[in-house]
Amino acid sequence: MSTTVRPSPVQETLRDLRDCIVSMKLTLVLLAFSMVLIFAATLDQVNLGIWAVQEKYFRSFLVSTQVGPAVIPVFPGGYLVGGLLLINLVAAHVYRFTFTWRKSGIQLVHFGLIVLLVGELLTGLWQEDAHLRLNQGETRNYAESFREFEVVLTDVTDAAFDEVVAIPVDLIARKTPIQHPKLPFKVEPKTYYPNSTLVARRAGASGVAAPGGAAGEQLTAVPQAVTYRPNEDNVPAAIIELTGPQGALGTWLVSAELPVPQEFTQAGRSWRIALRLKRSYLPVSLTLLKFSHDRYAGTEIPKNFSSRLRLATPDGRDDREVLIYMNNPLRYGGRTFYQAGFQNNDRTTVLQVVRNPSWLLPYVACTLMTLGLTVQFCLHLFGFIRKRRAAAAASASSRPAAQPKLA
Amino acid sequence: MKKYFPAAVALLTLAAIALTLRAPPHSGEYDITGFGRLPTLVNGRVKPLDTVARTTLLMLQGRQRVSTPDGGSLAPAEWLLDVFFRPDLADTYQVFEIVQPDLLGLLSLGTTEGAGGKRFSLRQMAPKLGELERQARLADGVESALRTTFQRAAIQLRSGILLYQELQVSLMAPGNHDFFTEVGRIEQMLPAIAAGRAPKPGDGTNDATLLLEMATTFATMERSVYLHPVTQDGTGVPSDWKTFGGAWSQAVATGRVAPSAQAFVGLGRAWHGRDAEAFNRAVTAQHELLARSMPAVMNRCGVEFRFNSAQPFYSAATVYVIALLFGVISWLRWGDVLGRSALALMLVAFGLSSVGIVTRMWLESRPPVTNLYSSALFVGWGAVLLCLILEKLYRNGIGSVAGGVIGFATLVIAHHLALGGDTMEMMRAVLDSNFWLATHVVTIAIGYSATFLAGFLALIYVLRGVLTKSLDAATASSLNRMIYGIVCFATLFSFVGTILGGIWADQSWGRFWGWDPKENGALLIVLWNAILLHARWGGYVQARGLAVLALFGNIVTAWSWFGVNMLGVGLHSYGFMDAAFWALVVFVVSQLAVILMAALPVARWRSFRGQRV
Repeated sequence: MSTTVRPSPVQETLRDLRDCIVSMKLTLVLLAFSMVLIFAATLDQVNLGIWAVQEKYFRSFLVSTQVGPAVIPVFPGGYLVGGLLLINLVAAHVYRFTFTWRKSGIQLVHFGLIVLLVGELLTGLWQEDAHLRLNQGETRNYAESFREFEVVLTDVTDAAFDEVVAIPVDLIARKTPIQHPKLPFKVEPKTYYPNSTLVARRAGASGVAAPGGAAGEQLTAVPQAVTYRPNEDNVPAAIIELTGPQGALGTWLVSAELPVPQEFTQAGRSWRIALRLKRSYLPVSLTLLKFSHDRYAGTEIPKNFSSRLRLATPDGRDDREVLIYMNNPLRYGGRTFYQAGFQNNDRTTVLQVVRNPSWLLPYVACTLMTLGLTVQFCLHLFGFIRKRRAAAAASASSRPAAQPKLA
Repeated sequence: MKKYFPAAVALLTLAAIALTLRAPPHSGEYDITGFGRLPTLVNGRVKPLDTVARTTLLMLQGRQRVSTPDGGSLAPAEWLLDVFFRPDLADTYQVFEIVQPDLLGLLSLGTTEGAGGKRFSLRQMAPKLGELERQARLADGVESALRTTFQRAAIQLRSGILLYQELQVSLMAPGNHDFFTEVGRIEQMLPAIAAGRAPKPGDGTNDATLLLEMATTFATMERSVYLHPVTQDGTGVPSDWKTFGGAWSQAVATGRVAPSAQAFVGLGRAWHGRDAEAFNRAVTAQHELLARSMPAVMNRCGVEFRFNSAQPFYSAATVYVIALLFGVISWLRWGDVLGRSALALMLVAFGLSSVGIVTRMWLESRPPVTNLYSSALFVGWGAVLLCLILEKLYRNGIGSVAGGVIGFATLVIAHHLALGGDTMEMMRAVLDSNFWLATHVVTIAIGYSATFLAGFLALIYVLRGVLTKSLDAATASSLNRMIYGIVCFATLFSFVGTILGGIWADQSWGRFWGWDPKENGALLIVLWNAILLHARWGGYVQARGLAVLALFGNIVTAWSWFGVNMLGVGLHSYGFMDAAFWALVVFVVSQLAVILMAALPVARWRSFRGQRV
């Protein structure tokens, strides 16, 4: 007599779930999903441009579409597909892992793939990109973000140094009142436009009360639709009210379109207010000595772009010339400086400054995977050759009668 | 007899090919060949004038031969001479291909008036050129992806005419029949100018007026910057090359003229005045002069001229077709002898394309793949190489047929891509890296080759299985193993190629992966091959399923090779094409049709009918 222990429904469900998570079917489904996702994202680049596509398809859990007034999720996004693929991959290997030489190549490939997926995730989370624009002879020790802005209040009373308080525009957009210990006044955002143009204020126009500040008296910001096109920039603008202990100091119109900050004084101190591209400060200052734009003789076809720069650190330990050109970036202090473009009739160079602490991971992953594929390919090839030799030897003695399986 | 048939076929083909390598004969009394071999700088590359003539003709009318109104035909270099020096006559040659019906209507042209129903002369279009310009300007204002076929055709025709007119004013002032006589008078004044005694308006001679007029003419001609045929110091380096107008502007100012600028005056005068003897003398003199100062350049131009006239890829395409036919017939009749002949022909065609590719590499000093055109050549070459290996291993004619199809198809694709202009173009800044071109680009191209080959093997599997009785069990099994092996190979190369691309991107753009359309295309191939392998390893597909998946691989590869370029976005969009769009659609539909055919129950396949499977 024997008794069979029936697993409880919970156990059964868990087992089903485990079988599903480690199954190759799931791998196939996820690979197919990722292909559809990538294909759709490629097509959508024509409409949205590359940045918006990355946000919508790859840096998201669900891809949603606008149907009338409702936003409906229609497809799993990059994080979901990639995440599940990672879980599937890790789970399958943990569950089934046994080392054999025959499978060593495949295992290396999959281990590399795990590193690659993790690396992409970390890149998405950690990578910071910024632009460094330098005119001929100009020196800068900061880079500017591509698309992020900040409102800055600078105390310029002391000629020797500036005290800077930078407020990300996210806070401005949420209209959060800001009280900062370094500021003797409260910052109250009144209006924020992610994209706008400045137009001349018509005398005696009705509507919102004219804000103070030099700009606000003559100009007004008109909101525009946010653009995602690669060759167009958004120009945010905000109206900000400053309130001191003795009451309102006034309102200021700030915009990325205004070339210089506006000044005002409060309690005997001089202040500047501006909305500008978010800055990140570098451990080094760069001076543009010469930008070169070489063309092939007799044509306008570009042959090379290069920037000769002087690199100097504040402590004076590094003070040397460097040359950045196509396919040859400068790596310094955890950042990489690439030749990204030029402006202003070849007198301004645009460098891209990338900080990605996980930049090495793709290289590690690639090495592992390439090694694994090579091992596996060689194992197959040798196996195939051995088999053919054996078959040739066998057929020499007797005709093989093996019926291969069809369909 | 049977024993020697394959060798005889191969030898005969080789002999036919050898004929194309002969030096082209003197056509008539003029040394057109010698003229065609003269070097010039165009688009940053020093090339023979023959190449300029051929690429221009391909761009204008899609073929290199020119028919004259009196029924004769011209060599490309001969046509170029007429464009340069007998512009009125050249305007009557029908070399502008127009097929867009609305554009024909706009120009008031009927298909009956055109050579071959589609080629027209500038003379025929002359009354409507203003209207064409207006339409092209209207089209300029429309974003390129949104233009209608009419707008695209108008812009294309306008740019063709501009190129043609640019050539017409490169070596001779427009509308001045005494141009070379007048340049001759300037030549006589040069010593005086050099000595600081240039004729002045107060001298009472016509010389001063002429000098002033010609200085203006040369300055105008200098603005046509397409052709740089004059070498100033005879060094042959790119910066040494000047436009004809530029060289003569300098001569008028300094009194010293580059000998090669004078040579073109002699050539022009002789051709314009129909003096064969003087023309041939001028050509020979110019060759002797340049051979002394820049032997390497002249050698290169000579090889390129020979390469142009031999057209090895056309010959190879023809041989591939014959090999393909032999291979297909070998499955039905005379298996052994035709099979071996097909393999011999494949070897000949493969050798010929190899020589062609190596010659191009030598001319360019570049790795094999530099643009879409050379990728077509190389993808075909790689696939045929794999086919030859398969044929060597299996000896069942499948390698010959698949190789014949891919070899021929890729050369046809290459021919159409060549219509865009010179196929040996200079590499734009970021691409100017032989290391990455040799590693990333070549590996990716081999990945394309292998994925296509797997797809074509699957095509053979399905077509032979469904439509014929020739797919016996042993052949089916070896085809299945071939597909699997090639897919493994394809996965290795497309993956490594994609990764190398990521590393290149990290080196030059600051990111390993940017979801650029071309990157996505490469990734799709890798993912698809991964799906194939996992589906097979997991036991989800057998032979038929693998064939179906491999067929879909053809679509994926075609998409990432050409489809993404048609989107016209991204850092990689260097080869935007319109006409190819429909070809791609037809290809995709054909592959889907075969996939549907493969979905027929196995019992309905002619090869397996009545079999227990």
